[in-house]
Amino acid sequence: MMRPHTESLVVRFIARRSVPFIQLFALYVVAHGEDGPGGGFQGGVIFASAFILLALTEGWGRGRSRMPEPVSDALMPAGALLYAGIGLVALLLGGGFLQYASLAVGGDQHAQHLAHHFGLIGIEVGVTITVAGSMVTLFFEMARPKHFLNVPRRRRRHRPDPDA
Amino acid sequence: MDASLPALVVVVPMLAAILTALAGRWWRRHAWPVALLATAFAAAGSLRILWRAVHEGVVLYRMGGWPVPTGIPYRIDLLNGIVLAMVACVSFLSVLWMRESVKREIRQAGQASYYAVVLLFTTGFLGITITGDVFNLYVFLEIASITSYVLVAMGRRREGLFAGYQYLILGSIGATFVLIGIGHLYMATGSLAMTDIAARLSGALVDHPSVVHTSFAFITVGLAIKMALFPLHSWQPGAYTYAPSSASLLMAATATKVAAYAFYRFAFTVFGTHYVTARLPQVMDGIMVMAAAAMVVGPLFAVRQDNLKRMLAYSSVGQIGYVVLGAALVNASAMTGSIAHFWNHAASKGALFAVVGIVVLRSGSPHIDNLRGLGRRAPWTAAAMTVAALSLVGVPLTGGFVTKYYLALGTLETGRGVLLAFILLSSLLTAVYMWRCLQRVWFADPDLEPAVTREAPWTMRVATLTFGAACLVFGVFAWIPVDIASAAARALLGEN
Repeated sequence: MMRPHTESLVVRFIARRSVPFIQLFALYVVAHGEDGPGGGFQGGVIFASAFILLALTEGWGRGRSRMPEPVSDALMPAGALLYAGIGLVALLLGGGFLQYASLAVGGDQHAQHLAHHFGLIGIEVGVTITVAGSMVTLFFEMARPKHFLNVPRRRRRHRPDPDA
Repeated sequence: MDASLPALVVVVPMLAAILTALAGRWWRRHAWPVALLATAFAAAGSLRILWRAVHEGVVLYRMGGWPVPTGIPYRIDLLNGIVLAMVACVSFLSVLWMRESVKREIRQAGQASYYAVVLLFTTGFLGITITGDVFNLYVFLEIASITSYVLVAMGRRREGLFAGYQYLILGSIGATFVLIGIGHLYMATGSLAMTDIAARLSGALVDHPSVVHTSFAFITVGLAIKMALFPLHSWQPGAYTYAPSSASLLMAATATKVAAYAFYRFAFTVFGTHYVTARLPQVMDGIMVMAAAAMVVGPLFAVRQDNLKRMLAYSSVGQIGYVVLGAALVNASAMTGSIAHFWNHAASKGALFAVVGIVVLRSGSPHIDNLRGLGRRAPWTAAAMTVAALSLVGVPLTGGFVTKYYLALGTLETGRGVLLAFILLSSLLTAVYMWRCLQRVWFADPDLEPAVTREAPWTMRVATLTFGAACLVFGVFAWIPVDIASAAARALLGEN
């Protein structure tokens, strides 16, 4: 079982102060995924690791309070929606599915290049959101402290066995 | 719109799944209509694509406009046109059918997510069917598999968790084997697009023959687990028995047959007819033995079951033998029968699982004795069950007869008449366990109180009767499936 927090003040202080830097680094990794190492998946994992670090040093409950369950539950489909939505908008504007060039505002080469760029960044952001939500959910569900599980649930009414 | 249909058929159910997962917390009531609309779109779109494939030969769609070896193509010929239409129509009818059943069997807070999982499941199987890229096929295979495990585990009984876990372990081994095979294939040919791999394979066979053979072995075994081919079927009875009725219906009518389609696609398009007949004929002989064994062993187990869902699950073990036998014989007639069986089995097994779901809804249990008096109290449901049972046995004027006729023709043409005995024995055993059901439906002691006291709700009745009617249509107007299936078989074997 995870202890509520580590004793060392130093560890807690450093962890708390590094959270914004971890998140900023995540955004950097996402933004540079197009032409360097990185991308949505890696950025999402780094972003989620900030919350995991908080939970490891401050305890499960305080970590979870920074990203409550309804939020992470909504983030997972929201990122996928952004991805699929960009693809669908490209399709509705007359291109193929995920053909970013058709998102261009003007017809010239530069506008198409820009549209391609932003389309790609857009789906990367979608991937980031979904991956971050999933990672947070995975960690907090697996690390859920035992006393949370042992809270007596409402006892089920006994029903006749359906498949006997 | 028409040109983008191949992408939309997959994307629309996926978007609907995302929306249902996102908004289901607040609008629980809207999950069913959204799922129904999305699958209706997929069904109509896939029929339109099949129509185009019949007239144009091949429908090609390039994702994001990338050229073929670089990007992911969606490539629909007659074979996957048939499977695509099957998956989409079965999903639509199942979603239409499942409203009352989900209300009864899934706890209220989980209903919206249940529909989201059902839609993702449909997306996965549509994707496996439509894609022309082997790695994309693997990704969709994972989407479809993971959602199946979730569907099985969402059953009301605790055994559902165990069955789902067993399915998860075996299914993951199968998916991993497929991925290892695809990795070897990429290593040998340097490409992932199916047509491109096929073009490069002869060169790869000269340079690295053992890598290609290893790849074929892994893919074959992996897909055999996924399609529950006889010695590797152990996950299936538990999964179908303990899944919610609606999930059993959806999975039994689509899941294993899509894996069988993937085997057809790998064996005849990617590796090619020449490879499977000339380089490795032993593999196809082995598959033939497994299919023949499945055809007899499945019904043999089914005869002994009192739980209708488990009986039908074992029946599916036998029926997948019919689908695979045509591939193993590498003969145009046999393959026509097997490809037509994609539709025939979806119709008959869909109708039977729909009826069992109605029995569970009305009486609370899938025990075979709960069928007694069904003919008196729910004549429409009973009629659909009768037609589907006759089709499963293979009585003339039903779809099942068409399958067995062409398979029998194929066994004689390839000089393997002994397989005819397996087909006959399998039909006989099927008749035995289906008669156990029909006897209770129509000839039960009239003094006993029927377990099912009234007809199903109209959504269920419409879907069940459509499944039943399809069994008759594919039998009476047999040229519809047979013409398309024989053209698909000849195209696959490279005969014209």
